[in-house]
Amino acid sequence: MKRVVSNEEVCIGCRLCEVWCKVQHSKSKDIIKAFKKETPMARVHVEERGAQSFAVQCRHCEEPDCVYSCITGAMSIDEETGQVMHDPEKCVGCWTCIMVCHRGAILRDERLRRIASKCDLCPGLDIPACVAHCPNEALCLVEEKSE
Amino acid sequence: MNRYKYLIIGNSAGGIGAVEAIRKVDNEGTIAVLSDESYHTYSRPLISYFLADEIAYDKMFYRRSDFYEKRKVEAILGKKAVKIDFDDKAIVLEDGSQVGFESLLLSTGGEPFVPKIAGMETYDYSTFTTLNDALKLRDKLDNGSIKSAVILGGGLIGLKAAEGLFARGINITVVELANRILSPVLDETAAGLIQKVIEQKGIKVLPNHTIAEIVGENGKVNGVLLDKGERIDCDTVIVAIGVRPRIELVKDTPIKINRGIVVDKNMRTTVPNIYACGDCAEVYDFILDNYRLTPLWPTAHVGGRIAGFNMAGVEKEYVWGTGMNSVDFFGFPVISAGFINPPEGQEMEILIKDDPEKMIYKKFLIKDNRIVGMIFVNEVDRAGVILGLMRDKTDITPFKNEIMLEDFGQIYIPENLRRESAALEARV
Repeated sequence: MKRVVSNEEVCIGCRLCEVWCKVQHSKSKDIIKAFKKETPMARVHVEERGAQSFAVQCRHCEEPDCVYSCITGAMSIDEETGQVMHDPEKCVGCWTCIMVCHRGAILRDERLRRIASKCDLCPGLDIPACVAHCPNEALCLVEEKSE
Repeated sequence: MNRYKYLIIGNSAGGIGAVEAIRKVDNEGTIAVLSDESYHTYSRPLISYFLADEIAYDKMFYRRSDFYEKRKVEAILGKKAVKIDFDDKAIVLEDGSQVGFESLLLSTGGEPFVPKIAGMETYDYSTFTTLNDALKLRDKLDNGSIKSAVILGGGLIGLKAAEGLFARGINITVVELANRILSPVLDETAAGLIQKVIEQKGIKVLPNHTIAEIVGENGKVNGVLLDKGERIDCDTVIVAIGVRPRIELVKDTPIKINRGIVVDKNMRTTVPNIYACGDCAEVYDFILDNYRLTPLWPTAHVGGRIAGFNMAGVEKEYVWGTGMNSVDFFGFPVISAGFINPPEGQEMEILIKDDPEKMIYKKFLIKDNRIVGMIFVNEVDRAGVILGLMRDKTDITPFKNEIMLEDFGQIYIPENLRRESAALEARV
């Protein structure tokens, strides 16, 4: 199972992960166009308290409470990769996933209709955008063997 | 007679949770899912969205169309179980045929509670818990035969029905016996905010009332009389007071029933190899440290999952659930879990953030430095971090002053108290 982990010792709170997450999940995938013409939304957010900071995103838990609690089946586990997937077309924005995610990693996307938003590990990329653009290697992609 | 290693009665959250758990650890044991409904597993909480046309029919389904096939599950749908034969270890169906089992899961769910109201024998009323209920109401909406509705019950089901009907242009009055809507789920202040949101849309809400009689003419409903005499005109009545366990199958059997089917933390009933979960069972509540009816989708699924593991020989305990609800009314979100007010005779510390102007309300109930209840209105982000602290019974002394902050999250929790994935995975 792949997941992005954050090393808070070296996170400098620059929020470039949020910026590049937005770009990667924009239509144009171009930083200028994305920020000027689209209303992109990051699927990672940086928590900050004084000098301390770290990025929080979906951990793709092996036993994911969001999947078990989802009332529609929008949240699911990909059988091949073990990733926690979210199908926006099935989501109705009831926020049950937000109620049960102990990491606080699921965000509300209310741009078009109300749907949950979370890390999808950047489909199509070998290294997710946040990891690739983290200047201090605070974000790492790790692969853990499932049981 | 076919005999299955695992027989599951009920094709909703609990039953599906059990199938998924069983197949995680046993790819070969035969599984059958039995339901008196003929539909592929669907999401009951979506029926209000379906009514409102917010969700298409094909998105109502809880799992993909190849779900049973892929997991080698025999789906026996549209057949009603009428009896458990304990000697033969079999379920007798309505048509007299039998389905045998080695282990059995009762995830029979709940049924709407309908009180006796004068006029009910003559005049039509609806309930609102199944896809069939929603399809019937949709028909009436589509052929224009209803323009106004009275909904009895201002709980989650009643108010979601109201929201769905509102989207179809129906004039709605909600009649609620308690002093506020959503009384099991929200305290007075939070319920007041939701009532305001609903009333601003033009839906009438009448707490402290009930329906005394359904009235009409020539067999057709044209109104209701309230307990205090007032008349409300309407074309249809929806009874949405609540659900009660569907336990006719286990009445007068060796399976012990209290208000629902009695189970232990392994979801075992009092009869060996028979398990129960979901709305029909009294399941463990980690806040009360006791068993009670918890008719909620997530707790049904996780309870079913734990039952499935145990049925397959992988021992796990269900300690995951408490009363927990997340719901959105007209884009206005509310989440609550655990206690919403201190129970009689118990002292609790209560922290409140009340900002009526922004319509934001948060409340935490704390006992012995542990959070035992939470309400979030309109500012619900990261509510799960609090629920996680409640479940872990974390001593919040080091960060008690911060839990009310808008950006409260993992970073405010000392590293040694944060729940990392390893601990999480050990839990369910």
